[in-house]
This record gives sequence, structure tokens and C-alpha cells, in this order.
Amino acid sequence: MRTIRSLLPLIVGAVIVVVLAVLPLLNLSIPGILPGATYTPGSLALMSLCMVFAALALSYNLMLGTAGMLSFGHALYFGAGAYGLGIVLQAAQLPLVPAVFAALLGGVVIAVVTGAVAMRVGGIPFAMVTLAFAQAGSVLVRRNQAVTGGEEGLSLNTAGVPDWLVGVINTRNLYWVSLAVVVIVYLIVLWVDRSRLGHLAAAARENDLRVRVLGLQPNRAKLIVFVIAALCASLAGIVYLLLQSGAQPSAVGADLTITVLVMVVLGGVGFRWGAIVGGVVYTILDQRLTVLARSDAIHQLPDILRVPLSEPLFILGVLFILVVMFLPGGIAGTVDGWLRRRRGRAAPDTGITALEQNDTAGVVAR
Amino acid sequence: MSTLVLTLIIGLGLGALYFLVASGLSLIYGLMHVLNFAHGAFLTLSAFVGWAVAQAIGVSTWGGFLLSVLAGALVGAVFAALTELILIRPLYERHIEQVLVTVGLSFAAIALFEGVWGTDPITVTGPAWLGQTTSVLGASIPNKYWVLIVAAGIVLAGLVLFLKKTRYGMIIRAGVENRAMVTALGIDVRRSFTLVFAIGGAAAGIGGVLAMHAMTYVSAHLGSTLLIFAFIVTVVGGLGSLTGAAVASVLVAVLQQVANTYLGGTGDFIVVILLAVVLLVRPAGLMGKRA
Amino acid sequence: MSGPILQVRNLRASIAGQQVVEDVSFDVPATGITAVLGRNGAGKTSTLRGILGLISRRGEVLLDGERIDALSTHRIVQRGVGYVPEDREVFAGLTVAENLALAERQREPRRDFVAQLFPDLVARREQRAGTLSGGQQQMVSVARALLNDNRLLLVDEPTKGLAPKIVTEVADALAEAATTVPMLLVEQNLEVVRSLADQAIVIADGRVVHTGTASEILDDANLTRRLLGVSAEEHA
Repeated sequence: MRTIRSLLPLIVGAVIVVVLAVLPLLNLSIPGILPGATYTPGSLALMSLCMVFAALALSYNLMLGTAGMLSFGHALYFGAGAYGLGIVLQAAQLPLVPAVFAALLGGVVIAVVTGAVAMRVGGIPFAMVTLAFAQAGSVLVRRNQAVTGGEEGLSLNTAGVPDWLVGVINTRNLYWVSLAVVVIVYLIVLWVDRSRLGHLAAAARENDLRVRVLGLQPNRAKLIVFVIAALCASLAGIVYLLLQSGAQPSAVGADLTITVLVMVVLGGVGFRWGAIVGGVVYTILDQRLTVLARSDAIHQLPDILRVPLSEPLFILGVLFILVVMFLPGGIAGTVDGWLRRRRGRAAPDTGITALEQNDTAGVVAR
Repeated sequence: MSTLVLTLIIGLGLGALYFLVASGLSLIYGLMHVLNFAHGAFLTLSAFVGWAVAQAIGVSTWGGFLLSVLAGALVGAVFAALTELILIRPLYERHIEQVLVTVGLSFAAIALFEGVWGTDPITVTGPAWLGQTTSVLGASIPNKYWVLIVAAGIVLAGLVLFLKKTRYGMIIRAGVENRAMVTALGIDVRRSFTLVFAIGGAAAGIGGVLAMHAMTYVSAHLGSTLLIFAFIVTVVGGLGSLTGAAVASVLVAVLQQVANTYLGGTGDFIVVILLAVVLLVRPAGLMGKRA
Repeated sequence: MSGPILQVRNLRASIAGQQVVEDVSFDVPATGITAVLGRNGAGKTSTLRGILGLISRRGEVLLDGERIDALSTHRIVQRGVGYVPEDREVFAGLTVAENLALAERQREPRRDFVAQLFPDLVARREQRAGTLSGGQQQMVSVARALLNDNRLLLVDEPTKGLAPKIVTEVADALAEAATTVPMLLVEQNLEVVRSLADQAIVIADGRVVHTGTASEILDDANLTRRLLGVSAEEHA
């Protein structure tokens, strides 16, 4: 019985992946959520975007949930992947695979440098520094028109990209690439969480002092986790570039990181499946709310209701505030707590609440 | 020579603007350990309201200008106080959730501003003198920078007087050093929290109205870029130190201007390098407390 | 004779998830000085901080019969509990006068009483507290607690790190203060304990392991060595 129980998540995961892989071949419709049937390019593009953001959310959860590092600059690595690939394809005329490696390498280098500097401080000062770095990246991208396309963004140079990834008819293939990436990122995150590295980072999150007293080096572990998370973000960025056939400066700045933060908190900090749920729910909500905002029903409302409701980000922002204040565990945390209470066990401190305890002890710069 | 003078004085003016925004952030963080992401939203709303007031009275009149600044300060203070009372206070001692809630507020507020005032920047004009220049040592200094410098000076003096001469100021100074001990003396620090938020909001409001005139436009995103510089200034100056924020504001802004003028527009980049250097050498900031 | 000024029942306290006070129960009589003894790390300071609500705590604490364990720190202090913390914790950036002014809670604070006890502080009114010597800072810390009409004083290692002459001065000041207000005194200096304290409780590993009169405990060399890890003569 016990073996089946422990294999259950694996089986469920495999089934989900298989179902997702098969979706583009089916003619399912989910009205209200998908713009068309599951084989249409529009729906496939939306689902792919969901998966890209799910991967990004997973990478952010690795940093925040596992290692306890609140970064406001995570989008920098996402953008590094997207812009990196775009620039390499344009400038170096490399075929896709080497270009991807080059972009990932670039992302890692940036992550190591910025991470090492940012980790000189902890807690909230760390967050501010990562924010500054992302902002610098955003400015760099906006200013260097020649290389990055400036405000207009960079469009994908399709010369090096294999034909089966280009064009609307091949959205299906991009969908499968996105699915592969989110599975890869999930496995990486899972591996880190289960490894000694992950345990060390988690222990440091709980009680940094105790880990040091034991003679261990939490900072090195945290930096490694930071870089791995950045690597996953870059990978997501690469797929994003292919999917959108371009990158924009908004993919680099603080706004995107905050969006990811919203996804992860909504989904539940510290839960892998929460990050996925958060990424998917947010992307779909953003899409649907934008459509809703243009609908007649909203236009007929009096101004005082119409104006806020026609801004999807306003609704999402308010939702976020409500979740933080009343459901700090997010979706996954709340479900997990409910399940535990049903089994008669007390719900441990998860997610944000667990981070609080360490933060109040270590708020001053080291 | 005149370019140098221009660069330095504009740097000083910009530094004054950064100080107006960063002073509140620094005090709020120093006393409450809350990173107020919504500070930019306070600034932006104050600018919009200030602009509306100026339009109502007359955009080219000094009366309109002064009243718009006052309105900005008031709006900033009220918005900030309400934020503290409704969103921050219920999350007492939960610093990360407090930060997150300000993030959410900033998110929602900017979207709301876009909904109400649109996404395009709105051009702003003021009294004629603001658009003119004064000649100093051969350089033509736009007059709006004088206003910024004077305003920041007044705010700094006001803050210092408040901190040194009033009981609340004393409580705040002590609270920045050791909040637990202040409560152990029987003082309810939470009231000071609202006050500090309000003061920070007022300063940001003044900064917002003046920033609007300095950049000659107002938009929903006015606060966002300024906020990031304010964060950098606060970290460089030392969290919780008002003098640190003042020194760092000038340092960062002057450096930025010098780099923009003489190093080909790399000002923003240089600022981030400065941040990195300060962090590597002195993580607590120039005047921050050592751990 | 009135009941105990402070009753602690099954106090548990933790810092950042670490349990530092396991289960502490004791009474503090309404007059005199009750010493809290124990080795380093036994949980003495944490007990005081738990009573004040400065750290997360559970259990019952009654001040003159009223429950205070659910109140926030400033409310407990406002009910008449003065606190002299370990390591003094004066506000370095404020002057001596400001440090004292901050502590004043009533309309007519006992400034004359404090001035008479600590004339040195009067002379140094405008000096920044961060520039004072350890002994002078300790005076400020004690003076803060004496400015108000408190019902109980919680005093934590007031003589720590001070030169012998200053130790005597501080001890004298405390003895003087104790004539008007009961005190719960954490102290490692057993000479001071012997001269000041009436009752004593001994804490080990976050629990109370012994109560009795101070002289009883200190006179018993074996007991002292076992519970405190030192002998009374060595630790003068």
C-alpha cells in the first residue's frame, strides 16, 4: 500500500503530462478559458504561454520557497535568456542549438555576478539590490537600440531557427517544446529540492545561524540555488522568444518579476505544484480579464465600477492583496492545510509564514 | 566649465528629488522594517491631484503651483496613512507580507491610474519662470532645479526639526535604533508607524508634484522609475538614516548626471555599479548601522 | 500581607521557533528583591522577556492578580512594570535627558528621586548616551525604570561588565529603589545577590529547579556548585 501511495504523485504527474501532450490533437473546447478548441493555434499559444510562465514561476519558487530569498530582479534572467538568444541568432548567425547554449551561458554568468553581489546583504536589502540590477538590465535593453531593438523590442531572426518551429501552423510544435521545458524545469527543481543542496538551502532559510554554527556554508548553497533558478528562468525566456517571435523590454524589468511574484504567492510559496497553478491561473486570468474588460457588460457599468474592472492588473493586484492578507498560503498552501487538518495533523508553517520567522531575526545587513 | 556647472547643479536638483522620495522610504524602513513598494504610487497620485488643482486655479500662476504642491503633500500623507492603517497594521511584525501587500497595492494603483487618466503621458506646464533659465557661471540652469533644491532643503530642515524637537520625533529616533526597547518603555510604537508613513507620503507627494514639473509630464508610471532610484539611494545611504539618505541622494544624482554628460549617457548604469561597490565594501550603507 | 505581586504559571517562551523557556512557575512577593539565578543560557533573561511579551510566549502571568500574558508589551509596561534590560539598551543617538524623557509615563515623574540617586546623570544631561561609559549607561537604564511609580521592576544583570566600584554604586541604587517597589532581579554576581536579595529561584534548562531564600541557597556550597556551576566564594 505504501509503495502505491508514494508512487501516486509520480503516476499523477505522468498522466497529466501525457494528457497535455495529446491535447493539440484533440478537439476539446473549454469555453470561457480557451479562445477556441484545443487544436487551434490561438488556444495552443495561450497554453504554451501558461507553461512558459509556469516554468518561470517554478524557478522563482525554487529561490523564494526553498532558499528563502526574496528577489525582485528575477526577470533579468528571463530576459537574458530571451534577449540572449535573439541577439545571438541575429549577430552570430548560429544555428538554434548552439545559440541556446550561448544564451543559457550568458544567463548563468549574469546570475553568478549579480547573485554574488546581491548576497552581500540579506532579507529586504537583498530584494532592493536585485530590483536595481533588473532595472539596470531594463535600461540597458531600452537604450541600446542597435543591439536590442530598444523600446520596440527585438524580433526573432528566424534564419537560424528550424522551420518546424516557425510560423503559426507550427504553434503545435512550439506547444510541445513549452511542455518539454516546463517538465524539464520541474524535474530540475524537484531534484534540487530533494538533494543535499536543497536541504542545506532550506535549513539556512529556517535558521541561518544554526547552519553556520554547524560549520556549513549556507551562502554557497544559496548562491548555487540562485544560479540554478536563474538558469531555469533563462530557459523559460528562450522558449518565450520562440513563442512570441520576439522579446520586449518589459520582459526584463521589475514589472515582470512582480508578476512572477504574484503568480508564486497566488499559487502558494514553497509548493512546486502551487507555482505551476499560480503561473497558469495568472496567465489565463490576465487573458480572460482583458477580454472581459472589452466586453459590453463592463462597458455598460457606471464609471466608478467600469474603470477599475476594465483594468485586469487592478483586479489581479487586489486579488493579490487579499491573498496575502487572508490566505498567505496561496492556493496550494490552503489546500495543503485543509488536507492536513482532515488527516488530523497540524498544519506546519509553510510559505511566507515560514520565511517571516527567519526574516525578523536577520533583517539587518550582515 | 559651464557644462560642469550645469551638470553639477542639475545633479544637485535631481538629488533633491531623490531625497524627497527616499527620505520617507528610509524612515519607514528604519522604524518599521517595511519596504514600501507603494511609495511610488503615493507620488504618482499626488502628482495627478496636484495637476488637477493647478489646472483649477491656473497653471501659470504661482498660487496654482504652490497650492498644487500643498495638495500633493496632503494627498500623499492621506494615501500613505490609509495604507498603513488598512494594509500594514493588520500584518504587524510580518514584514515580508507587508512588503508583498505594498507590491500588490502598487500593482493595483498603477493599473487604476491608467484606467482613470489613460496610458499616455499628460503634458504639464507651470509658472513661466519654471520653464526659463538662470545663468550661473556661464551655465544656463533651468529654474525648476532651484525649486527642487529649495523644496528638498525645506523638507530636510522640517524633518530634522521634527525629529529633534518633538516627542514623536524622539520616539521615532529611538524606535529606529531599538524598537523593542521603546515598547518596553510603555510606548505604543504603532501610532508612530502611521505618523511615519504619513510623513513619508507627504514628502513623496511634494516630490511627485515637483517631479511632474521637472519632467513636464505626468503619467501612471511617474513614480515607478523614481522609486527604483529611491531604493538605490536608501540602500547606499544606509537604511533608516535620514542624513544617509540626504548624502546618498546627492551622491547618486551627481554621479548619474556626470556619467550621462561625460560618459555617454551611462548614468543609470553607473548608479547600479555604485550600488554594487557600496554593497561589496560596506553592506550596511554609508551611514547605516553595522550589524 | 498582600498576595504576590507577580505570579507566573507554566510560562513557555520561544525565540524564532526555538524553545528557550520550557515550563517556569514562581511567585514574586509584593516586597523586597527576588533573585533569579542560573547558569548562562538557562533561560533567565528569556523568562523576563517572556513575562514582558518581548518574545513569543504561552502560559499564565498575573500582575497583582490580573492576567497580563495576552497583552502587548507596552500595555504590560503601562500597568506598572519597569524594565532594566540586560546590556542596558540605552538609545545611543539620544541624549541622557532624552533617554529619560522617553521613559516618563506619568504627569509628575520622580525626577528628584532619580536626580538624587544619580547626580552624575544630571551633570551629563545633554551628553549623547552612546558616549557614556558602561556604568553611566547602566545608571540611565536603571533611572528609566525608577522615573515612574511602578508596581514591579524586572532587572536583568545590572552589574554585568562593570568595574567593582560601579557595581557597588548600582547595587546601592537598587537597594534604595527596592524600598519602594518589589524587584525581580536576574544576577550572576552572587555577592550582589547575597547583599540585595531576599528570595531566590534557580532556573536550569528553562525550568525552575529550586526556590528558597537567597541566603539559604548561597550558604549551601554544594547546592550552589550544583545549580550554578560555581562556588559562592569564587564568584564574588
